[in-house]
Amino acid sequence: MIELQDIHKSFGPKQILRGVDLTIPKGESMVIIGGSGTGKSVTLKCVLGLIRPDRGRILVDGTDVEQQDRDDFLARFGMLFQGAALFDSLHVWENVAFRLMRGKLKRPRAEAREIAIEKLRRVGLTPDVADQYPAELSGGMQKRVGLARAIAAEPEIIFFDEPTTGLDPIMSGVINDLIREIVVEMGATAMTITHDMTSVRAIADKVAMLHGGKIRWSGPVSEMDSCGDPYVTQFVSGSAEGPIEAVR
Amino acid sequence: MGLLSPIAALGRAVLSGLAWIGRLSIFAAQTVRHIFTPPWYPRELGHALLAIGWLSLPVVGMTAIFTGAALALQIYIGSARFSAEAVVPQITAIGMVRELGPVLCGLMVAARVASSVAAEIGTMKVTEQIDALVTLSTHPMKYLTAPRVLAATLSMPLLVAIGDIIGIMGGYLVATQRLDFNASTYITNTVNILDAGDILSGIVKGAVFGFLIALMGCYQGMQSGRGAQGVGRATKTAVVAASVLILASNYLLTEVFFSA
Repeated sequence: MIELQDIHKSFGPKQILRGVDLTIPKGESMVIIGGSGTGKSVTLKCVLGLIRPDRGRILVDGTDVEQQDRDDFLARFGMLFQGAALFDSLHVWENVAFRLMRGKLKRPRAEAREIAIEKLRRVGLTPDVADQYPAELSGGMQKRVGLARAIAAEPEIIFFDEPTTGLDPIMSGVINDLIREIVVEMGATAMTITHDMTSVRAIADKVAMLHGGKIRWSGPVSEMDSCGDPYVTQFVSGSAEGPIEAVR
Repeated sequence: MGLLSPIAALGRAVLSGLAWIGRLSIFAAQTVRHIFTPPWYPRELGHALLAIGWLSLPVVGMTAIFTGAALALQIYIGSARFSAEAVVPQITAIGMVRELGPVLCGLMVAARVASSVAAEIGTMKVTEQIDALVTLSTHPMKYLTAPRVLAATLSMPLLVAIGDIIGIMGGYLVATQRLDFNASTYITNTVNILDAGDILSGIVKGAVFGFLIALMGCYQGMQSGRGAQGVGRATKTAVVAASVLILASNYLLTEVFFSA
């Protein structure tokens, strides 16, 4: 279980998070929605320790992340970045097996390659992709490789940062389905941030809306359309009219 | 208020400069610590040695041969004014080994390596590859900075030594083919004038310049701002800062090695 308690974060005079409280139960898929610049990525990066919050606590399975061994903590996580963030200088399989060739999870190169190819197959890519470089792949294929890398070490918790940004609707659907299948199959806890309402409906068990630096509403995805919160309603309908300013 | 504003601006510039020196010093200390503490990444070190050392050889060689040739010609023309043409081999050798070899090699490698390292790491930063490294339990400084700085520190002395030899050869070619110097006399005079201190100073300068070049590339890359403009600025700053630091440290090292 992941718990965020009263998380605050500012960058200079700009206050991004103003007391985020959020609980993600073990094995559930939580999707955080919200406009651009509302702090969704900052929230996610705070949990991973990429950004240190100014105030508040983050607990994973009841233990403060600050008190956990950093390597042990990160070994439990997988992350799919918005632009896939693949390492240009490495082959696709080396990207997927990156964690398996270093640190505590290190194993022989041949074995790491085999696992990488199996994970590539799991995300619908053929073994011949393994020896290509990321720059040789399309955006959709790069996202799949990023997904394969995120699940390579079979993490307990997976984060997805804008998983369908920049993809065509069909490829978005493929990625959404893959994410849903993998999360259910692995029994992982998932946290996704997205603007894409199709993704929300495909991936989420629960939804939280971030606005004004706080969680404005959270609840099951089935209640999202009828929750009655004007901010959520405006965001879901994509209307320019409503309490969320169109020009920010 | 108007009278004080230039002083305030000067104060801000000084404070900003001191803060930059402080951040760079901390970065350098952390880099050295990561070089000497595990985990190490030998494959990354191998790639860096290839990219920084081996692939810099052509540019260093070309720079050295033309510099040596021009130097020999200038010394001949200058020394002819007081009938001292015979000193061409000695001055060319000392000039190349003590100063021009290390400095020009350093500046050429700074242009080639500091820029590419800053652009590569800067791009990795803006495309979240650095964050990805962290989430994959890999320290970015250990994986990116330590191998590059170590590779540059190890390979620059070799590049300087090779550059010195090629530069002296450039002078030899001009002297023997164009200025009618005797070949064996030229070589004997060159060998006799150089001592171990000359060679050592060039090697030490090379190692220091290599450290500074890679350090500036990595530091500016890690500090890169967002987007293409941020990466471009980081690349430019890395080359300029590395070049200035090479020239400044060259003066200090010359004082250390050769002041009476």
